[in-house]
Amino acid sequence: MAGKSLYEKIWEQHVVVDEAGKPTLLYIDLHLVHEVTSPQAFEGLRLHNRSVRRPEHTFATMDHNVPTDDPFTVLDPIAAKQIQTLVQNCNEFGVPLADLQSEDQGIVHVIGPELGLTLPGKTIVCGDSHTSTHGAFGALAFGIGTSEVEHVLATQCLWQKRSHTLRVHLTGVRRPGVTAKDIILGVIARYGVDFGSGYVLEFTGEVIRSMSMEERMTVCNMAIEAGARAGLIEPDQTTFEYLRGRRYAPRGEAFEQAVERWKALASDPDAVYDSTLAFDITDLSPQVTWGTNPAQGVGVDGVVPDPELLESETERRGALQALAYMGLQPGTPITEIAVQHVFIGSCTNSRIEDLRLAASIVRGRQVAASVRAMVVPGSKAVKRQAEAEGLHEVFRSAGFEWREPGCSSCLAMNPDVIPEGERCASTSNRNFEGRQGRGARTHLVSPATAAAAAIAGHFVDVAAYISREEAYVWNRS
Amino acid sequence: MEPFVTHTGRVAALDRVNVDTDAIIPKQFLKRVERSGFGQFLFYDWRFQPDGSLNPDFELNQPHNAGATILLARHNFGCGSSREHAPWALADYGFRAILAPSFADIFYNNCFKNGILPIPLPETVVDELFAKSAAHTLTLTVDLQRQVIGDDAGWEIPFTVDPYRRHLLLAGLDDIGVTLQHTDAIDQYERQRA
Ligand code: SF4
Repeated sequence: MAGKSLYEKIWEQHVVVDEAGKPTLLYIDLHLVHEVTSPQAFEGLRLHNRSVRRPEHTFATMDHNVPTDDPFTVLDPIAAKQIQTLVQNCNEFGVPLADLQSEDQGIVHVIGPELGLTLPGKTIVCGDSHTSTHGAFGALAFGIGTSEVEHVLATQCLWQKRSHTLRVHLTGVRRPGVTAKDIILGVIARYGVDFGSGYVLEFTGEVIRSMSMEERMTVCNMAIEAGARAGLIEPDQTTFEYLRGRRYAPRGEAFEQAVERWKALASDPDAVYDSTLAFDITDLSPQVTWGTNPAQGVGVDGVVPDPELLESETERRGALQALAYMGLQPGTPITEIAVQHVFIGSCTNSRIEDLRLAASIVRGRQVAASVRAMVVPGSKAVKRQAEAEGLHEVFRSAGFEWREPGCSSCLAMNPDVIPEGERCASTSNRNFEGRQGRGARTHLVSPATAAAAAIAGHFVDVAAYISREEAYVWNRS
Repeated sequence: MEPFVTHTGRVAALDRVNVDTDAIIPKQFLKRVERSGFGQFLFYDWRFQPDGSLNPDFELNQPHNAGATILLARHNFGCGSSREHAPWALADYGFRAILAPSFADIFYNNCFKNGILPIPLPETVVDELFAKSAAHTLTLTVDLQRQVIGDDAGWEIPFTVDPYRRHLLLAGLDDIGVTLQHTDAIDQYERQRA
């Protein structure tokens, strides 16, 4: 009999009901909740006189609506009501909540791992598509809609159909300036926004093994931008070291026992995947998107493509529409595109390593006069750590705004909106039309490239900003 | 939930690929705490000009698409966020079925929970439907019982839906109610794992 993949192992450990002709009823170990996709779910419980089955497996925070200049002054009354509704719902149903006052508050996908709620082998859901982030720990984690949020609250289970598995094997050596973000953007640019559709992706290979947990989270975060159900990375020593001592992770002897169980989750050497693709990152340059979906990107040394030269009619039409929205001409070198805004933040790239990296580029330099730049830490804990290291001073003295944690300009449901027609180098995950504001033009990049663009006022190859000693660090894979 | 058995309605064609949930319902409208009333914001940035007036060029605003209840779309419809506000807005606007070559995973799932039937069809069939709808006002009947789509000229095409999902939709059943019948199994699972 063939071996089993990580996905199959987690799946099998969570089957509650498996009857012919029906999807499988799967047990959910951790349900993360935020203010935008939960009000109608709690309302549904109330209407049917239902309770939350396992409040202790549920954890809520507020992130999407939170103003990042002064979180306590929510001027938008409807946003304020949504935040208030979450507080009431958590009180009424006994759900633990990291509210605005809490030292743990932050973007839901940043705090889950940080608090040790996210653990290998768990099934994790949240009413948010970037739940795929938690797959970096070898947890089966995926986004659900509000009806399913209600379903999990009431039953701690979900009806699921088994997905196909796709192994994404990453090999090669990184060029200086190439981050985890560039790698996942590069994969999506190569294979498209729906190559993962119907699949759970498992990222493997030396490139992944040598990544830190935070880099792995960046990769899994964007699995959803490839249309995948989830992204997975098998847990290893890097995972275990990250989790040791985290608040909700097992402690002492229990931790060592857990590590043994987690090791057994690794895909068997003879595991069979429904599909496999291999990608060599050696020639990859730092990536910049030019269009309105995450696959419409090129290396920073490239040019805006000519839609006429694209392979399929669908791509051509998509590119024409995107270029019109983005106000770009085919053939324009990426490095000639000027930006007016730089946003370093979001659940893709707002962790401490992202901020350290951006700060290393910014240190001793100045943000271009034409640019408004801001850094929004992913959580209170990230902010505390960054301030302890003096990173906030590095950013501030260079001319960056240093903000409070939240989703911020990633989707601009809060006051952090990019004005119409202006261009933003953003470390977030989506460059859809209107995502950062009506008519706002988003270019997805890594924190390093974003920092360099803030200094230069336009895109540049960040390698030029990296000293020889730092370049050594880049080459460690 | 309102059952879906068979539905006849006018088709509105939206000839764009990768229509994402940010386009279906822009984020500034996600702040309501109710489930209803989202239809007025459907495709907001496309449907309305910046001054709030109707954008006459947008497909749904064209007179022949008034009152449409079936949406014809392209590849990867509903990609992006998990927001169920997208199907809520589509349903509230009046759509009961969506025909496209492919759908994004979470969106597809969310539709079923809201009485909308998303039907993936071969690209050639979708092309044919776009051609038909360009030529004249197209009315289709979506029959979930028989799993066929047809027009009044006798044209018919079969489709398939996962049997369990079909069952829930035909009966208008609430998922949670079904699951709660398995409470013993859930209790037992929790005891075993503890
Ligand atoms: S940071 Fe952006 S992508 Fe992440 S949860 Fe917030 S809004 Fe969603």
